Amino acid sequence: MFDIRSINLGKDITAEDIAEDLEFLDDWEERYRYIIDLGKQLPALPDELKTEDRFVRGCQSQVWLETDYDSDADTLYMAVDSDALIVKGLAAIVLSALNRRTPQAIHDYDMDAFFDRIDLLSHLSPTRGNGLRAMVARIKHQAETLAA
Amino acid sequence: MTVKALDIQALRAQFPILDQQVNGKPLVYLDNGATTQKPVAVLDALDHYYRSVNSNVHRGAHHLSDLATGQFEGARQTVADFLNASREEILWTKGTTESINIVAHCIGRERLQPGDEVLISTSEHHANIVPWQQACLATGATLKVIPLRDDCSLDLDAFETLLNEKTKIFAIGHASNALGTLNPVKDMVARAKAQGAITVIDGAQAVAHFPVDVQDLEVDFYAFSGHKLFGPTGIGVLYGRRELLEAMPPYQTGGEMIETVSFEKSTWNQLPYKFEAGTPNIAGAIGLAAAINWFNQQDRPALQAHEDALLARVTEQAEACQGLKIIGTAANKVSVLSFLLEGAHPADVGMLLDKQGVAVRTGHHCTMPLMDSLGIPGTVRASFSIYNTLDEVDRLFEALEKVKTFL
Repeated sequence: MFDIRSINLGKDITAEDIAEDLEFLDDWEERYRYIIDLGKQLPALPDELKTEDRFVRGCQSQVWLETDYDSDADTLYMAVDSDALIVKGLAAIVLSALNRRTPQAIHDYDMDAFFDRIDLLSHLSPTRGNGLRAMVARIKHQAETLAA
Repeated sequence: MTVKALDIQALRAQFPILDQQVNGKPLVYLDNGATTQKPVAVLDALDHYYRSVNSNVHRGAHHLSDLATGQFEGARQTVADFLNASREEILWTKGTTESINIVAHCIGRERLQPGDEVLISTSEHHANIVPWQQACLATGATLKVIPLRDDCSLDLDAFETLLNEKTKIFAIGHASNALGTLNPVKDMVARAKAQGAITVIDGAQAVAHFPVDVQDLEVDFYAFSGHKLFGPTGIGVLYGRRELLEAMPPYQTGGEMIETVSFEKSTWNQLPYKFEAGTPNIAGAIGLAAAINWFNQQDRPALQAHEDALLARVTEQAEACQGLKIIGTAANKVSVLSFLLEGAHPADVGMLLDKQGVAVRTGHHCTMPLMDSLGIPGTVRASFSIYNTLDEVDRLFEALEKVKTFL
């Protein structure tokens, strides 16, 4: 049973954990195996949630984004899925930084700086067309609306 | 089979960009369907033009303008000779896309009527679909599409059935960008003309692989891009048969394309200038001519034999590669391998190849209707050119074996 609030990225696995892990992995193969494994920790989004309004169009690969805002706790929960392994892994990294946080914190977070620090910034570049940049923009936009 | 006449290392040495490391590995550039690399002859021509010749064409009363005009019009003659056309029939454009748009606007939208049909094929690039689709929407004409056989070659029986006296325009790719399939365009053009259709060939994926003769093809319009022919980006060509170009209205209006202007009316310049409003891409035209001149100086039959050898090797290895499915197995192909790895998204394969220095393209290759018809989201495409080596084919498959360990 899919439960968006059970996704532990951002709770048990934080962006800081991932940055530290990646620091120890200097060879590209280890890094990409690690990224793909991160993606595998994300539950698949059920087909009925893969709707047009959750769909983030990329030129090459697709991303689906589901969010759930808990207004009592002022916390935004999120889930993502992708048809491509590496993009899903990179999306998991995004979630490690943004999931289960307040809209204000999400709005203030500098994702480019983080991806630069872990040496994966090229994946967020507009030329990649993998949907990841559009996904971050969509989360930020939603956070901005909620924080307003 | 290797061709003794061809010194591949000497050829590669003329393409400085090839000699570099990507992600710590020697670059294997297999994205030639997207754009080809440029030989030193082209780089030098561009550099020389801007250093020593740069001036506007056709209007200056000074030495440099005469020089620039001479080189610019000389470039047009080079392209005319390359296609076996006359220089008045060679229009400079931004590329294949603009070339086809000119025909779709100035012939398509002008002449199509409700009930008319435009015939294209399933494997066309978006550049040879969308302009016709929009011309049909604007005029009430209908877009008809030739389906593919199982090997992704055109279904020629269906072509015969679809072609009729309502077919006013027949527009077809010479070679498919996504799959490499070589279409029997000469025969198809002859049949379409017999029905009275205006014929258009998208030659973007053809001109860098084999000689093209528009007289022999007897085609009305032929389009290609400079950057896929070892030339600069931003320059392309539309060949048009003189009678049709004469009868067509201008595409854009402004300077250069006029003969006389008053506030009430204007008259148009002669061919080809009627279709070249504004200052043209002078450096691009000169760079493209340098590319063609360079290409003509090579041993073209030896280069073709080399490309055939590359295709044979890559096909043989692909067939032996576990879990690899070739997309597009037609008998006649240019040197392109489009494929899927079982259980792998093309984007993942592309990224993991890139990490190993192998540059391919992944995705729908601007052929979404084709991918829909095949029921796949996209493919991985390795597209070869004259400077690729048999060793690079092996590098591709070594890299693919590594990719498999990630999946």
